[in-house]
Amino acid sequence: MIGESMYQELILEHYKHPQGRGLREPYDAEVHHVNPTCGDEITLRVKVGDAGKILDVSYDGQGCSISQAAASVLHELATGSTVEESLSVVDEFTRLMQGRGQVEADEEVLGDAVAFAGVAKFPARVKCALLSWMAYKDAVVRSAP
Amino acid sequence: MTSTSFDVEKIRKDFPIFSRELPDGRPLVYLDSGNSSQKPELVIETMREHLALHYSNVGRAMHVLGAESTEAYEGARDKIAGFVGAPSRDEVIFTKNASEALNLVAYAFGNPINTDPRFTLGPGDEIVISEMEHHSNIVPWQLLSQRTGATLKWFGVTDDGRLDLSADVITERTKIVSVAHQSNVLGTVNPVAELARRAHEAGALIMLDASQSVPHHPVNVAELGADFVAFTGHKMVGPSGIGVLWGRTELLDAMPPFLGGGEMIEAVWMDHSTYAPVPHKFEAGTPPIVEAIGLGAAVDYLTGIGMDAVEAHERELTAYALEALRDLPSLRIIGPETLEGRGGTVAFTLEGIHPHDVGQILDDQFGVAVRVGHHCARPLHLRFGIPATTRASFYLYNTTGEIDALVRGLHHVQKVFA
Ligand SMILES: Cc1ncc(COP(=O)(O)O)c(C=O)c1O
Repeated sequence: MIGESMYQELILEHYKHPQGRGLREPYDAEVHHVNPTCGDEITLRVKVGDAGKILDVSYDGQGCSISQAAASVLHELATGSTVEESLSVVDEFTRLMQGRGQVEADEEVLGDAVAFAGVAKFPARVKCALLSWMAYKDAVVRSAP
Repeated sequence: MTSTSFDVEKIRKDFPIFSRELPDGRPLVYLDSGNSSQKPELVIETMREHLALHYSNVGRAMHVLGAESTEAYEGARDKIAGFVGAPSRDEVIFTKNASEALNLVAYAFGNPINTDPRFTLGPGDEIVISEMEHHSNIVPWQLLSQRTGATLKWFGVTDDGRLDLSADVITERTKIVSVAHQSNVLGTVNPVAELARRAHEAGALIMLDASQSVPHHPVNVAELGADFVAFTGHKMVGPSGIGVLWGRTELLDAMPPFLGGGEMIEAVWMDHSTYAPVPHKFEAGTPPIVEAIGLGAAVDYLTGIGMDAVEAHERELTAYALEALRDLPSLRIIGPETLEGRGGTVAFTLEGIHPHDVGQILDDQFGVAVRVGHHCARPLHLRFGIPATTRASFYLYNTTGEIDALVRGLHHVQKVFA
């Protein structure tokens, strides 16, 4: 059934046990993004270290399982990578989400985030998945010295 | 379950949509009529036939088709007047929906081209609404308050989803009170007689947003005691694109026009105009002709079933649903938990599970269509400290079996997120 493919075990796992949730110090930039159609919201902070290394992505927010799990996966993928690496993951994730289910996911780049491939078939939910990732991109841009 | 005079299986056969399946062979369980209702064959066929054989513009064409179209359009007005007990057919004004009807009345207040004291509005005057309103009965009054400097006030809502009438929100400064007859989220039916008494004692006018009551209960506007009543065709087995404003003749006569254009005039000079009598004064331009005729067929259909029977059937469904939902311990109903003073709309939350996830799984796996979100009543959700609810709303074609499907679906949702 369609629904089962959207609610992948990995998504539910991240929803029930979000990784890195909670706002932390220190940080270079903080952003607040909302999805006006469903009221989901996220506050997200990034801390960037030497050589563009992402030292922390911390966040808090409310919303459906898709938006919350996406933030958790983002935290795992981005923390410890570099700004450049993480932004290429964001681009690939965006391409997958906006592909209406027609785009083949690059598992090499996306890692756990491929679990969201099923969401792309539900236009109404794509924004949920992208909320935290767009917030992250915004925060990284703002953190640039 | 259902009484002998009300045969829900027979009614379902009148609605072609119930003969379809959803993708993957899921049956359709439509519990979203509070959002918009399905349409019976009679409405579809009446509209098709008018378009195919009788269509022309109304009011202005001097030929057979013009006469037939006008007769059908004005005939629809007669039917709707009869359906809601309007003392005069000319008190029934066609609008595009309930939102337009509410805006039409809001624009009559504080309008410099109108000096009737009942409609003057400025700083110090008050507009009264409630916390359980649909955005369509909030925003027009916010805009009016911004245009005129009048103060916007509102009745609060109690924890069990009733209007909090303990405060004296209506004062001698109040010019207009506008509240829902039935809440589109809580299902609460508000005490109109009491509100009308308070409004009139204060010298104010009262408007009812009857979008959720006219489709589901016998409503007689003359007996209600309100001055204006708004409702919308698509929620009462009629088409979208057509709504109704009912108002008392003496008030409609005293109001300024809303939109200007063809058909709403008596005579036009380059520098001024005189206006047609009601209802045409408020119907500028070519109206939604076929939609109005479709709404006429919708009230024929509902009258044929009997609004008493529709109300009784929904009451049975609501009683059944309130009982069945108790099966889910983490489910919290937002609104009255008893049948008293409520209609067939049940909103709820499931602890720890976001309504969007609830709605998605119900739809994808059970074919159960509910509405999730704030249902255009964000202030009401803020009042309860929640971002969203899941809402099941019932109509004449729903069955207890469909409520069972909802409850089964909700059990599954809980399993997925356990
Ligand atoms: C209580 C209430 N008022 C107003 C409306 C607005 O109706 P419409 O969108 O047809 O103008 C609705 C329906 O959405 C409603 O439920």
